[in-house]
Amino acid sequence: MGLDVRLPIGLMFAIIGILLSGYGMLAPHAEHASLNTGWGCVMLAVGAFMLWLSRRSKK
Amino acid sequence: MQLIAIDWIILGVYFVFVLGIGYALRRYMRTSSDYFLSGRSIPAWVAGLAFLSANLGAQEVIGMAASGAKYGMATSHFYWIGAIPAMVFLGVFMMPFYYGSRARSVPEYLKLRFDEKTRGLNAISFAAMTIFSSGISMYAMALLTNLLLGWSFGFSIWVCAIVVLLYILFGGLTSAIYNEVLQFFLIVFGFAPLVFVGLQRVGGWSGLQTALEEVARSRGFADGAWTQTWSIAGDAAANPMGIEWFGIAMGLGFVLSFGYWCTDFLVVQRAMAANSMSAARRTPLIAAVPKMLFPFLVIVPGMIAIALTHHSATSGFALPLKTDGSFNYDLAMPMLLVHYFPHGLLGLGITALFASFMSGMAGNVSAFNTVWTYDIYQAYIRKGASDHHYLNMGRSATVVGVCLSVAAAYVANRFNNIMDMLQLLFAFVNAPLFATFLLGMFWKRATGHGAFFGLLGGSLAAALHHGLTLPHGAAAGVKGGWLTVLDTYPSEMAQNFWTAIYAFTACFVLTIAISLVTRPRDEKSLVGLVYALTAREVEQEAAWYTRPAPLGIAVLAAMILLNLWFW
Repeated sequence: MGLDVRLPIGLMFAIIGILLSGYGMLAPHAEHASLNTGWGCVMLAVGAFMLWLSRRSKK
Repeated sequence: MQLIAIDWIILGVYFVFVLGIGYALRRYMRTSSDYFLSGRSIPAWVAGLAFLSANLGAQEVIGMAASGAKYGMATSHFYWIGAIPAMVFLGVFMMPFYYGSRARSVPEYLKLRFDEKTRGLNAISFAAMTIFSSGISMYAMALLTNLLLGWSFGFSIWVCAIVVLLYILFGGLTSAIYNEVLQFFLIVFGFAPLVFVGLQRVGGWSGLQTALEEVARSRGFADGAWTQTWSIAGDAAANPMGIEWFGIAMGLGFVLSFGYWCTDFLVVQRAMAANSMSAARRTPLIAAVPKMLFPFLVIVPGMIAIALTHHSATSGFALPLKTDGSFNYDLAMPMLLVHYFPHGLLGLGITALFASFMSGMAGNVSAFNTVWTYDIYQAYIRKGASDHHYLNMGRSATVVGVCLSVAAAYVANRFNNIMDMLQLLFAFVNAPLFATFLLGMFWKRATGHGAFFGLLGGSLAAALHHGLTLPHGAAAGVKGGWLTVLDTYPSEMAQNFWTAIYAFTACFVLTIAISLVTRPRDEKSLVGLVYALTAREVEQEAAWYTRPAPLGIAVLAAMILLNLWFW
C-alpha cells in the first residue's frame, strides 16, 4: 500500500516530543518538569529515527 | 484530576494522526480484498505489530496491571506460557493452511476444510462476540474516564466510536493495521515512563522485591508469592492465583492460549493480510518478541502500585477501595498515571490509554465487518453479487458494527448481569475451538459432522462443568454451580482453566468418534487444507532469522529463559 507507516509515526512522535520537551523547558518551576523534557527528547529521537528509516527506504 | 491545555493538545495530535492515516488510505480501497484483506500487501513487521496491538485493548492493559497488583509476577503466565508457545505454533504449523488455502477468514477456512454448518456456527458466534466484547471494553473505558477525569459516561464512548468508525470506514483493514502499529508505539512510549517513575519511588527493583515480600508475608504466603512464577505453583493454596502448575500449563498454556491465538480471527486476520506466505508465518513470531517483554510494561506497574500502597504512609500513594472494603485493583495503572505523571506526560499517558482502547476496538470492528460480509452476508443472504456490492456492504457493516457496540456499552451500563452471562456463554463457545482446528489441520480423516457436533459437545461440556462447580466462597449463579455443586475450586481462575480443559477434551474425543463413523471427504479436495496432504515449503535460501522454524525456536528459547529467571 502506497503509504509507509513509519512516516506518520515518525511525524507524530517528533511533534509530541517537541511539545513535551518544550513544555518542560518553558515551565521549569512546575513539578517534575525535567521528566517532561527528558521524555520529550526521547520521543523526538525515536520520531527522527522513524522518519530517517522511511526516507531511506524511499530512495 | 483535570487535564490542562498541553494534555489536550497531545491527545488532539494523536486524533489528527489516526484520522489522517485513514483519510490518506481511502484512495487505495478499490476492491473488497483491499478493504477486508489489505490486498494481502502488508510487510511482516507491520502485520506482526498489528497482530499484537489488536489484542492489546485497554482492558488488557488495565486488567493485567490489576492482576499484577493482585497476583504479582505470576500474572506473566498469561504472556509467557499463555501466549508464546501458541503464537509460535500458529506461525510455524498453522499459518501455511490459513494463508495457503486462500481463505479470507477463519470461518471460511472451516467451510473449506469441513462444511457449511461448521462455518456458520463459528461465523455467527464470532460476529456476535466481537460486538459484545467491543461494547464491554467501551463501557469499562467510559467508567474509567468518568472516575479519573470526571468526563460524562457517553463522552469517551462517542469520541472513540466516531474516530474508529471514520478511520476504518475510509481505509478498511489497512487503516486499522497502520493505526494499530502507531498505537503500539504510543502504548509503549506512554506507559514506559510510568515504570521508570514507579521504580524510582519504590526504591528500584530490589526495593520493589523487599516491599512485595512484606506484602506476601502479610497475607500469609511465602516470601516469593508476588515476585516468582513457578516455584509458588506447586500447590494451589501457596499462591494468590489459587491454581497449581498443571492447571496453568494445560488450562491456560494449552487449551485457552492455543484456542485464542490460533483460532481467533481478530488476530489471525492480521497475518492473513501479510504480503507473502513467509511474511504471514513470521507475523505471530515477530509479535511474540514484544509480547514476551510486555509484563515489564503492564504487570510491573501493578506490582509497584501494591508495593507503594503497602507503604502508603511514606509513599503517599494508596489504591482506592471498593465499597466492600477490598482494593479496587482495576485502578492500579490509572491511579499511578494521575498520581505520578506531571501535566504533559499525563496527556501522553491518557493518550496511550486511548490508543490501547481504540486498537482493541478497531480490531473487533475490522474483524466483524469481514466475517459479516464474507461469511454471513455473502454465504447466506446474497450470493454472487458484484465485488463493489460487497465492498459497500463492508462499509455499512462497519457503521452498524460500531453502532451496535455503542448500544452494547449502554446495555452493559444498565444491566451488568446480562453482560456477565453473555461473556460466560462466549467462553463456552470458544473453549473447545482449538480441538476442532487441531484435528482439522492435522488429521485428514476428521469430517464436517465430527467437527460440528464435537464443537457443540465441547460447549455443552463447558456449560455442564461450570454448572456443577463453584469457586471457593462464591454464591451459586453466574459464577457457577447453577445445577448443583459437586466440586469447589480454590479460585475463579482455577475453575475457568478446568472448564476449558473439559471442553477441549470433550470436543477432541467427540470429533474423533463421530468422524470415524461418518463418511470421510475425498482426499483430493483437502489438498492445501490438511498437513499430510500439503507439500512442505522449501525455505533454505533465506537467512535464519527470516525463516519461521529457527525464528520460532529462538523465541521459545527466550521465553524459557524468562521463566527460569523469574522461576
